[in-house]
Amino acid sequence: MRRQDDERMRFARLDARRITLDLQADDLLRAYRNMLRARLVDERLAELRAQGYAAGGASCRGHEAAQVGCVEPLNVGLDYILPYYRDLAALLAIGMPPEAIFLNQLSRATDPISGGRMRPAQWNSRALRVVSASGLVATQTLHAAGIAFAAKLRHENAVAVTFFGEGATSEGDFHEALNFAGLHHLPVIFVCENNGIALSTPQSAQMSVAHVADRAAGYGMPGVIVDGSDVLAVIGAAREAFMRARSGLGPTLLEVIVPRLGPAGSMPDPHDPVEQLRVYLISRGDLSPEADAQMRADLAAGLDAALKAALAAPLPDPATVGEHLFAPDSASPSPTNPADGGKER
Amino acid sequence: MAQQTMIRALHDGLREEMARDERVVLLGEDIGAAGGIFNATQGLRREFGPARVWDMPLTENGTVGIAIGAALAGLRPVAEVQFADYLFAAMSQLVNEAAKVRYRSQGEWSCPIVVRAPYGGGGGGPDHTQNVEAFFAHVPGLKVVIPSNPADTKGLLKAAIRDGDPVIFLEPKRLYHEPPGEVPDGDYLVPLGRAVVRREGSDASVITYGAMVVESLAAAEVLAGDGIELEVVDVRTLQPLDFTTIAASVHKTTRAVVFHEDVRFGGFGAELAAFISEVCFDDLAGPVLRVGALSLPTPASPELETAVLPNAETLVAAVRHLTTLH
Repeated sequence: MRRQDDERMRFARLDARRITLDLQADDLLRAYRNMLRARLVDERLAELRAQGYAAGGASCRGHEAAQVGCVEPLNVGLDYILPYYRDLAALLAIGMPPEAIFLNQLSRATDPISGGRMRPAQWNSRALRVVSASGLVATQTLHAAGIAFAAKLRHENAVAVTFFGEGATSEGDFHEALNFAGLHHLPVIFVCENNGIALSTPQSAQMSVAHVADRAAGYGMPGVIVDGSDVLAVIGAAREAFMRARSGLGPTLLEVIVPRLGPAGSMPDPHDPVEQLRVYLISRGDLSPEADAQMRADLAAGLDAALKAALAAPLPDPATVGEHLFAPDSASPSPTNPADGGKER
Repeated sequence: MAQQTMIRALHDGLREEMARDERVVLLGEDIGAAGGIFNATQGLRREFGPARVWDMPLTENGTVGIAIGAALAGLRPVAEVQFADYLFAAMSQLVNEAAKVRYRSQGEWSCPIVVRAPYGGGGGGPDHTQNVEAFFAHVPGLKVVIPSNPADTKGLLKAAIRDGDPVIFLEPKRLYHEPPGEVPDGDYLVPLGRAVVRREGSDASVITYGAMVVESLAAAEVLAGDGIELEVVDVRTLQPLDFTTIAASVHKTTRAVVFHEDVRFGGFGAELAAFISEVCFDDLAGPVLRVGALSLPTPASPELETAVLPNAETLVAAVRHLTTLH
């Protein structure tokens, strides 16, 4: 009984949010499809890693609503996104094709993200304004602040949104970035996907404050906490942060509390954001169980084809290893050294 | 053509590039109203406004990281770091980020920043006088430029600002005010990657850069009195390095001394000496010698600093030794 009451309360809250945010059934179905697709891609990546095809990369399992919700207000191609390695669902939602993700995980020559130069999930796409990411933690927060400063000075309407885990908030770069962004009221959004644990270290062993959002006070910006298993709540908080950024009110530190889910194949978890949205959509008649099954089947078929194509793609050509160190018109980095057999290095 | 100090040439180079290209912005600590700790940016905030000259909070890592972000968004940032020693606080942003942005994105993104920093001897002690060039020259993806006179300072700085990739621009601060030099009028550019022979000679070559070029020219005068003609090669850019000019000089003189102010052990001179040994082995009449600082921190007291750093006398002794060997 208790469980049913809780669920009724939750659905009523979601109904209210949906009206406030003016989201139609199609909008919710699109969010659900994005979240589900990310889950299915993530499962395939886990399989590839388990099969020894690829090392590295981190799961976005449980982070789907946080990421899909945060990029909902994003103006793709205008706004800059500086993700971290878990942001698979965000990348897919803004238009990165799954095949690119697979090519990247497999380090193929045609991997559009880095052509095998970076470990998997160090994202990049100039066309989508996904800024090339390193494997370092929190360095991108400073780049986001720098981009936002440039955008502000040039009166562009672009917003920079950057993502990281709560572990990143112990790095100096994070504090330097928030200080600068707060100081100049920059159009930047700092999204912390807080799953409560940095590799092995729990949040209680990382910081003396109860919430990452508490850190915002030191930098003169709002710190907002939102439930990352509820995509509607995340969309609401993200829209507020984008509105602040775009209207010159400055940055926001958005702490999205994401659930830690069991491994794929385990029992359905009541905190699972994909499952939560599915149950709600079915209860409201926006999605039938049959349509849901059909959506899964269609997505899986598309992903399996993309993965098959990626597995058939060529490996990087060692002859290209020297490309893109410097601009093409640049002076040669180290002119021919006869001791290297006359090879340009 | 006018006589100018190096600091004036720096200022003019920055000003001209800001006037030429509105994407050029300056950022650093105290560079706005204060005009920079060594006055390189004096008056530029007044002339170009606060949107082009950004005073930064006290964070070198933040300054470099913000500059990288601004470059990613299409600007041409020139960051000033007050002393090169402080660049160590920004190592991850420079080495893990700036140097690799173009490569890791297969050329989709680039990072055209210039990071300027006064460096080297001239007073300041162990953490304000270090010669940091070897740390950066070692990193693929970074360019390293070190001028030795006012004209090169202006020409190389302007070329560095127009370059499409990150440049570490190290300024020998002991040369900021002395000696002045002729600086050509107009849009004067010195391309990166070209060494220059400062003084022709026939008996030995000194391969050097920065403040040690001035010491080398003084040493050449002394040696000329002994009948030894020293050729002085000013490397100017360590990355990209002009191997051709260096090899041609050693081929001509058959003797080479590599000379820098940095600690000799593990310094950039080891790279130069190894290259000369590999490529000019058949030309050499003797071993490639290296002259550099002792393996000690550089103390603040002038007497102690002088005891650690090399100078014209150290070089004279090395060249005499080399020319009497064979």
